[in-house]
Amino acid sequence: MSTTLFDKVWDAHVVRKIEGGPDVLFIDRHLIHEVTSPVAFLGLKSRGIGVLYPNRTFATADHNTPTINQHLPVADPLSANQLNALESNSKEYGISHWGLGHQKNGIVHVVGPEYGITQPGATIVCGDSHTSTHGAFGAIAFGIGTSEVEMVLSTQCIMQPKPKKMRINVNGKLGVGVTPKDVALFIISKLTTSGATGYFVEYAGDVFENMTMEGRMTVCNLSIEMGARGGMIAPDETTINYVKGREFSPKGEAWDKALAYYKTLKTDEDAVFDKELTFDGSTIEPMITYGTNPGMGMGISQDIPDAEHVEGGAATYEKSLNYMGFSEGDHMIGKPVDFVFVGSCTNGRIEDFRAFTSLVKGKHKADNVTAWLVPGSHIVEAQIKEEGLLDILTEAGFVLRQPGCSACLAMNDDKVPAGKYAVSTSNRNFEGRQGPGSRTMLASPLVAAAAAVTGVVTDPRTLIEELV
Amino acid sequence: MAYDKFTVLQSTAVPLPIENVDTDQLIPARFLKATERVGFGDNLFRDWRYNPDNTPKKDFVLNNPIYSGKILVGGKNFGSGSSREHAAWAVYDYGFRAVVSSFFADIFKNNCLNIGVLPVQVSPEFADKVFAAIHADPKTELEINLPAQTITLIATGESEKFDISPYKKDNMINGFDDIDYLQSIKGEIEEFAAQLPL
Repeated sequence: MSTTLFDKVWDAHVVRKIEGGPDVLFIDRHLIHEVTSPVAFLGLKSRGIGVLYPNRTFATADHNTPTINQHLPVADPLSANQLNALESNSKEYGISHWGLGHQKNGIVHVVGPEYGITQPGATIVCGDSHTSTHGAFGAIAFGIGTSEVEMVLSTQCIMQPKPKKMRINVNGKLGVGVTPKDVALFIISKLTTSGATGYFVEYAGDVFENMTMEGRMTVCNLSIEMGARGGMIAPDETTINYVKGREFSPKGEAWDKALAYYKTLKTDEDAVFDKELTFDGSTIEPMITYGTNPGMGMGISQDIPDAEHVEGGAATYEKSLNYMGFSEGDHMIGKPVDFVFVGSCTNGRIEDFRAFTSLVKGKHKADNVTAWLVPGSHIVEAQIKEEGLLDILTEAGFVLRQPGCSACLAMNDDKVPAGKYAVSTSNRNFEGRQGPGSRTMLASPLVAAAAAVTGVVTDPRTLIEELV
Repeated sequence: MAYDKFTVLQSTAVPLPIENVDTDQLIPARFLKATERVGFGDNLFRDWRYNPDNTPKKDFVLNNPIYSGKILVGGKNFGSGSSREHAAWAVYDYGFRAVVSSFFADIFKNNCLNIGVLPVQVSPEFADKVFAAIHADPKTELEINLPAQTITLIATGESEKFDISPYKKDNMINGFDDIDYLQSIKGEIEEFAAQLPL
């Protein structure tokens, strides 16, 4: 029978099917961080059970870590307490722990792939919804709750019904200034934040085939924002070249065996999806969001739509625009910007900093803008320096911070103040997401760069044309 | 036993007819710093419920004394966003035992089932009826019968069936959780792991 990539990986990991219930799914790799794991470890203790496969779990601190002066003790006692709990729990159960200050520390969804923990055809979970990022490698990867973290620690399994399958095809040549982030925000704007709920998505078509692994990670990362359980892209040469030789990637004979497995990981030609959508990549503009969920996005040159042209209730729509201080029919170009945030598991990789730097080169940060540039990991940070990007950024008036989730969810001190506007390369523009009362416009690193140097929402294509 | 058993719940309900209620509203990230599962109910809907100076916002439904009960009725796409189980804990700790909506986000729904909050997905038409009934009379009582898989407006008898997998239903009725089950098949899991390629 013809099967999809998703079927192949899922079915290979089903330990047992329960009639009228979920599948017992074996998890190859488990990532944990300081926020969603402490209660799971407490659960183990109260039940008197241990960790079944400590070498399949990896711990990194990222959600509430500071992004300056990481060599100093963490000032916030609650954050420090969580970081200590992650360290002591990892130590007690024999789990690799990459805490603050460790060379391998960084955002969980950035360091996982960098060190080869992420492998094609693997099942990967983490107590974080953006675990979908790892689907870029042809893995089944998704976020879980803390009860499930406890399940994986104790039995390396979770219990979930198999989701439905959706394929999203995007073909065509992307325009100048259109990045993987724009492709993802475009798809979410078409599907809404619940359009893929209940589905696992496979992204297919030449737009994704032509993307780097960094770009594919950005796309898969945002799968959850349309409600999908996760998203994945079939592994190809680009994937294998990325994975090969990384610290935790299989070596020698194990690599040959793994490679043979990776090559089986594609959807059969006549396999059927529960839902299939196709978009023309050449019609996608640089995107920006204007509301309080990631589905409320549009081409940057467009005007904010009227409530009658938007799916959902008018009251919810009005509440959202009121929160943002925007009105139906407003142009987004020219809107004020107070903060620019470049980073997060969505856009905190080297390619994102290359894009940002390419546009700010030779220009200067606008005086009214506070910019936070936060690399996803120490590897990204080192690359920014090695490639000379830091010199260009410094020249243009920008400062580089230290790795962490930072202002994406504002659990540390990187908070956008109430009422202020941020153009952010992160993943959520929910009310208060970047600090109580903060107003977020999601966009690509290029749109962020254009805002950072002009001080208002600006179409990056107008600046790119200047450069050419 | 992992949580309270759930069979039949009869209660008034709190209406929140807003769509796409996300987990950052249910519990903002800055309240996720606990290392124990206590006190999350106080911060349920924190920024909709309280002003920055911590005084209650009078127009928010949880601050309106005419509405109360163990059932929260939300708009479409309830619980979208992050995987934080803290959102479900906050709902539970506040005192809700069931959430009714015409559509739930996946992870939130799953988290609820894992901790003993029953997500009841109803048709958009039935959700509208429930909102209208509570709007007309805040003391409107609902009955959620898990064994029968029905939700009923007690005054009018209007009723609808809801879906839940037999496995999860059985778990909730008995107060069991998945860890109990997984522990019982550990040997089988270890055999399975031994033959995996990765």
